[in-house]
Amino acid sequence: MNAILNKKQLSQNVYLMELYAPIISGECRAGQFIILSLNNEFAERIPLTIADSNPEKGTITIIFQVVGKTTLELSNLSEGEKIVNLLGPLGNPTHIEKFGKVLCVAGGIGVAPSYPIAKAMKKAGNELKVIIGARSKELIIYESEMRELSDELIVCTDDGSCGRKAIVTEPLKELCISWKPDIVVAIGPAIMMKFCAETTRPFGITTLVSLNTIMIDGTGMCGGCRVTVGNETKFVCVDGPEFDGHKVDFDNMMARLGAYKDLESQAYHKCKLDSSLKK
Amino acid sequence: MSSMSHKHLTQQEFDEAARISLDALNSCQPLSLKDRLSIPVQEMPSQDPIIRRENTKEVALGYTENQAKVEALRCLQCKNAPCINGCPVRIDIPRFIKEIADGDFQKAIEVIKENSLLSAVCGRVCPQEVQCQLYCTVGKSLKNVLKSVSIGRLERFVADREREEGNIKAPQGKPDTSKRVAVVGSGPASIVVAADVRREGHSVTLFEAFHKTGGVMTYGIPEFRLPKSIVKSEIDTLKAMGVEIKTNFVVGKTRKLTDLIEKDGYEAVFIGTGAGLPKFMNIEGENLVGVYSANEFLTRANLMRAYDRGMAATPIAMSKKVAVVGGGNVAMDSARTAVRLGAEEVYIIYRRTENEMPARVEEIAHAKEEGVIFHTLVNPKRILGKLQAEAIECLRYELGEPDDSGRRRPVEIPGSEFVMNVDTVIIAIGNESNPLISQTTPGLKCNKWGNIIVDENCKTSMDKVYAGGDIVLGAATVILAMGQGRIAARSINKLLA
Ligand SMILES: Cc1cc2nc3c(=O)[nH]c(=O)nc-3n(C[C@H](O)[C@H](O)[C@H](O)COP(=O)(O)OP(=O)(O)OC[C@H]3O[C@@H](n4cnc5c(N)ncnc54)[C@H](O)[C@@H]3O)c2cc1C
Ligand code: FES
Repeated sequence: MNAILNKKQLSQNVYLMELYAPIISGECRAGQFIILSLNNEFAERIPLTIADSNPEKGTITIIFQVVGKTTLELSNLSEGEKIVNLLGPLGNPTHIEKFGKVLCVAGGIGVAPSYPIAKAMKKAGNELKVIIGARSKELIIYESEMRELSDELIVCTDDGSCGRKAIVTEPLKELCISWKPDIVVAIGPAIMMKFCAETTRPFGITTLVSLNTIMIDGTGMCGGCRVTVGNETKFVCVDGPEFDGHKVDFDNMMARLGAYKDLESQAYHKCKLDSSLKK
Repeated sequence: MSSMSHKHLTQQEFDEAARISLDALNSCQPLSLKDRLSIPVQEMPSQDPIIRRENTKEVALGYTENQAKVEALRCLQCKNAPCINGCPVRIDIPRFIKEIADGDFQKAIEVIKENSLLSAVCGRVCPQEVQCQLYCTVGKSLKNVLKSVSIGRLERFVADREREEGNIKAPQGKPDTSKRVAVVGSGPASIVVAADVRREGHSVTLFEAFHKTGGVMTYGIPEFRLPKSIVKSEIDTLKAMGVEIKTNFVVGKTRKLTDLIEKDGYEAVFIGTGAGLPKFMNIEGENLVGVYSANEFLTRANLMRAYDRGMAATPIAMSKKVAVVGGGNVAMDSARTAVRLGAEEVYIIYRRTENEMPARVEEIAHAKEEGVIFHTLVNPKRILGKLQAEAIECLRYELGEPDDSGRRRPVEIPGSEFVMNVDTVIIAIGNESNPLISQTTPGLKCNKWGNIIVDENCKTSMDKVYAGGDIVLGAATVILAMGQGRIAARSINKLLA
């Protein structure tokens, strides 16, 4: 259980792992996530979206970017090693139906959680367009997979090293005018989701966002993952992770995400130092 | 902080005094009623408040043998034993105390075990002053419940003695029946069900959502009040009995409850998932950075070990001024944890008076000794700050007419707003029932607060499904959870007989 069957480096700091987790693999749906930790004593618990699953093989795929201590340690594990604690599937599956025209906007590592949703939306008979955004060419993942799936794929990079030199909200706005999607699913960094929601708001196009807050238990017990949605408090782990982007208080969410930034970067740098000493 | 100024006696000093009393008492046997009533209560030795603010070790150190014997002599061995009526699981209290007085500590713990499990836990965390000790004739005669026989401390003494001497043995079970029972959750209710059902020879699988077992005893109640080694020893006993434990398994998500029965072959299921849904106050500013539910704060500190800042990967705020809202054990645990994490000032904010506080008397006293500042008849109105909590605005209250619970209702005093500067706010106003299982289990009936409805045998509205503990009672106590576990186990054993 929980063994790493396959590990791939997708870009400089982004890794893919296929894990043997037959129960989770059999139960999970697009939009759900897992929580993992790497030991029983001092490790932290982090949520990661299930990017793909293969119930026949009993596997799930996770894709993560090295941003802190735990993701760094995770990236140092090799095929055959096991994830000590793996819990899931958590959260609610994405509501999939035939909306008509679906536009997925995926920023950075957000392409990973977008992929199973895009796949399920396509399967449900929707017309599908996808916008992928990244800082530069090296950071783009899942481009060919998304291209295969979608009726049109637009790639943009901040530096113009691949596709359009633009941020995702530019093509998003154009498509809102020219293509008029029935629903937009925006997944990526909080700031990107915020501006996507702002872009679609004047058009009145329903915009789903998938929130990646800090979590501990993932079962609704602690409230650490709470966000303000239309003046109500919601727990991302049990009420989400998807919400109406037009109602989410992103500024509050971003502040809560950054609550431990100083402490975390200390831990990350210490950990990086430790692991380079070990090598 | 007047309580901090009077001299703190060490365990040795208490023991020496007890030894002298014991010699004196032994020389005037048999003791008269009056003799017994005049023996002073044996105080609980504890870590010095100034030192313990800096560590997470257990505060109450436990009676010494001499103290336990002296305290046991205070018991009048009443024929009608009113204390037993105050005990939710009806331990034969006078009989186990008699064994202590006679020096047979192993016998004493065996008497307790006839009715109870987890005595090392209950001896520490039960609210004795509103249970057995409330009815104690000694307390009644001395007109002070705090002068009742210290039944809980004696229970703890014999339970610790047994564990420390390595005398805990996994109870012998009946031959295997090959019938399978699923127990959901691993708190006190579930532990008791697992033990009692396993003893009948059935195979038991315990499913726990977290990566560690023990429920609130592990993630909520801090080490300084309930050492985790004690909880672990209870779980180890279950393992030794052959109970299978599956952590990282959320029933309702990882697998549906109905699938456990219909697809996985479990013949009965017990739900002991606790009251894990924190209540918030729905006031302005509650989602600011620096505002925690007590569950989050305590889970970070205890389960994820954030108190060990050098080692733990899970961070916790470096708080300077902390306001804890609430007056129960959870609030006291949060406040005292904040003290240990290095906060300069920690306030308890409670809208009634200290008399109405639901926390155990001992926890309130310990919190005060550790310098926690109490603001009673005060309630928060909003939390101020831009992104990070900077202050809390409160209103003063007075007590009005009694409400349904018989407690006098707090009424706000208009215009009494005032502001306290704090950087951390911990909301400890209670827990509701976690709906994960009920949402995914059609046919499982709950009341309007989300508590699972059970009959007197702890059976739910579904066949083969039983429930007990906080998920049924609402946030309650360890002993009540355990009591229901006993009942549910009996029903399951009957079903499978
Ligand atoms: C901080 C704090 C201090 C307290 N102090 C005291 C005290 O001094 N004295 C006292 O008597 N009581 C105290 N209590 C209350 C007492 O701890 C509870 O009443 C008791 O633990 C309830 O036991 P339980 O078995 O019902 O559930 P819990 O102990 O709550 O355990 C439930 C377990 O089930 C797990 N779970 C939940 N959902 C699922 C699922 N779907 N699948 C799998 N597992 C699941 C949870 O992770 C948890 O581990 C305190 C509570 C808290 C929070
Ligand atoms: S992570 Fe604890 S409630 Fe959502």
